[in-house]
Amino acid sequence: MDAKQIPRALAEKVWDAHVVRRVSGEPDLLFIDLHLVHEVTSPQAFDGLRSAGRPVHRPDLTLATEDHNVPTLDIDRPIADPVSRIQVEALRKNCADFGVPLFPLGSDDQGIVHVVGPQLGVTQPGMTIVCGDSHTSTHGAFGALAFGIGTSEVEHVLATQTLPLRPFKTMAITVEGDLPADVTAKDLILAVIAEIGTGGGQGYVLEYRGSAIENLSIEARMTVCNMSIEAGARAGMIAPDATTYEYLRGRPHAPTGADWDRAVQWWSSLPTDPAASFDREVVIDAANLKPFVTWGTNPGQGLPLSSSVPDPAQITDPGERSAAERALEYMDLVPGTPLTDISVDTVFLGSCTNGRIEDLRAAAAILEGRTVADGVRMLVVPGSVRVRLEAETEGLDQIFVGAGAEWRHAGCSMCLGMNPDQLAPGERSASTSNRNFEGRQGKGGRTHLVSPQVAAATAVTGRLTSPSDLPDAVSGVPTRA
Amino acid sequence: MKKFTTHTGRVLPLRRSNVDTDQIIPAVYLKRITRDGFEDGLFAAWRKDPAFVLNQPKYAGATVLVAGPEFGTGSSREHAVWALQNYGFRIVISPRFADIFRGNSLKGGLLTVELPDDVVERLWALAESDPAAEVVVDLEARSINFGGESQPFELDDYARWRLLEGLDDVSLTLRHTDLIAEFEVARPAWMPRTVAG
Ligand code: SF4
Repeated sequence: MDAKQIPRALAEKVWDAHVVRRVSGEPDLLFIDLHLVHEVTSPQAFDGLRSAGRPVHRPDLTLATEDHNVPTLDIDRPIADPVSRIQVEALRKNCADFGVPLFPLGSDDQGIVHVVGPQLGVTQPGMTIVCGDSHTSTHGAFGALAFGIGTSEVEHVLATQTLPLRPFKTMAITVEGDLPADVTAKDLILAVIAEIGTGGGQGYVLEYRGSAIENLSIEARMTVCNMSIEAGARAGMIAPDATTYEYLRGRPHAPTGADWDRAVQWWSSLPTDPAASFDREVVIDAANLKPFVTWGTNPGQGLPLSSSVPDPAQITDPGERSAAERALEYMDLVPGTPLTDISVDTVFLGSCTNGRIEDLRAAAAILEGRTVADGVRMLVVPGSVRVRLEAETEGLDQIFVGAGAEWRHAGCSMCLGMNPDQLAPGERSASTSNRNFEGRQGKGGRTHLVSPQVAAATAVTGRLTSPSDLPDAVSGVPTRA
Repeated sequence: MKKFTTHTGRVLPLRRSNVDTDQIIPAVYLKRITRDGFEDGLFAAWRKDPAFVLNQPKYAGATVLVAGPEFGTGSSREHAVWALQNYGFRIVISPRFADIFRGNSLKGGLLTVELPDDVVERLWALAESDPAAEVVVDLEARSINFGGESQPFELDDYARWRLLEGLDDVSLTLRHTDLIAEFEVARPAWMPRTVAG
């Protein structure tokens, strides 16, 4: 971990600090500091270990939670869907058999895997973190190199606590200036994805930097890093700084005493060296950003909320044009329609993108004293039990319920609709989650990705709405998340 | 993992870009805890349409899926690879793959081949005009042959060697347990653990 002569980027420093074996012509063998596990992508991996007679090499660097599949109602009863129940039970058995700590449904630490890690303080700067889930990039908000892996790799990490990997390329995404008052981290990342495209980040680790990023809270940084995968990137990272340390200090797994000082000393050495270069650089002017929403069926198909549904005929690239045509057909949208004229029947507030306490606070601030429009159902699903409890302490649940929203238990819920929380065919949602793929939230369902603030304002009017356009706008600007 | 050397098969032309993993296999099909039986979930939503290419009898038994760019974006679910394999596909060709999907497929023995847009276009045209036409994929030579042309493709030596030998990564890595142990001894003691001890 000593300083090297060659200037390096944050991602390269973390990578170098974890190389177990480097031989030319072969992938590097990288040590993994933390392996997060959930019920959907792990059963086949544990079975692989079992049939080979192998143990989990480092259960003490492994952590499991139940999130993708779990119901958000009646969680004290057995899971109604028998197939879901078998999968959750398989995780419980696997964790018990292999000595892996698990936060099951009902535990105070249960929740979405990417919300649980940071809140416990097991996510720290400079770590390598993997999970059989593409949104593992969330943890990059702390300056960790964190990325999603498939089930074969889950088995590999369980067996060896390492992964053979080719180095990623580096891309700097520099956002300078101040975000306008009504622009959130979600708008920022949706704009970045629209800019570089769903494949633009392929093979890269994105490093978000610049004053607009430095001014974000840790939770907002998680929102940004979370959606790096939507630009095709393996990971997103933000250099650790005083904001990072403040968030971590005192968390259950954060170092203490002299260890804290040692840790901070190392963490402070991680930010990209001034002379380091990136394989690609993208610069974005924060002042130009606006509340953003998707109109299509991939997260790159987004526009400022103040614009209209695009006309495919004006897209020159033939592939993009036909993709836009297909998307509009699926979304049942007519070119030229103002985005704010689109009505929704469902609003989903939650997910590992926007299911943390600041997201709930921001939405509650808008819903306070207002009501959810007739015919609109709003689901509020905290990212973890801790988030739920904190929100209840602050009385946010009362605001949501008072406005007519449903206050649910923690989990992935309608982000992917693996549990009963789904859109019906033809239903349309404004959703704070991260994917608007066809059928992502339920077969035939249509998804518009939005920030928590836009989600709340949309719930009030029943159509895509920016908080600043609400008729009886509350005094003061909405909280920036 | 089965060894992969050459494969001869017919093409399923999937003229779509950004085929994400939620399309390849929707989340509701991910609840099974085995590695097989996922073929029923493959492109489940699109298969409801009788005209969808996978439903056309002339393409029954095709083993080479040819799709537009950005194939496999989205979730890390390896079930997408299993669904394609369970259905009978051995090779997927696209101008560009999402990283995690590509990694998953090569680990599981599903060969993913990146070819330029114009070559993909010719493969589509071939399969559409002559569904019985065969393509030959030669991993040893890293080339694909069809309709009288031979196209080279890139695949790094290491990945190629693993596929040719049918080797799995875990056993390769377990040859280096001494290095892993060395690394672990040198790791700072303050780094977080999820269980005491
Ligand atoms: S909330 Fe959504 S994106 Fe996040 S881990 Fe769960 S399913 Fe994946």
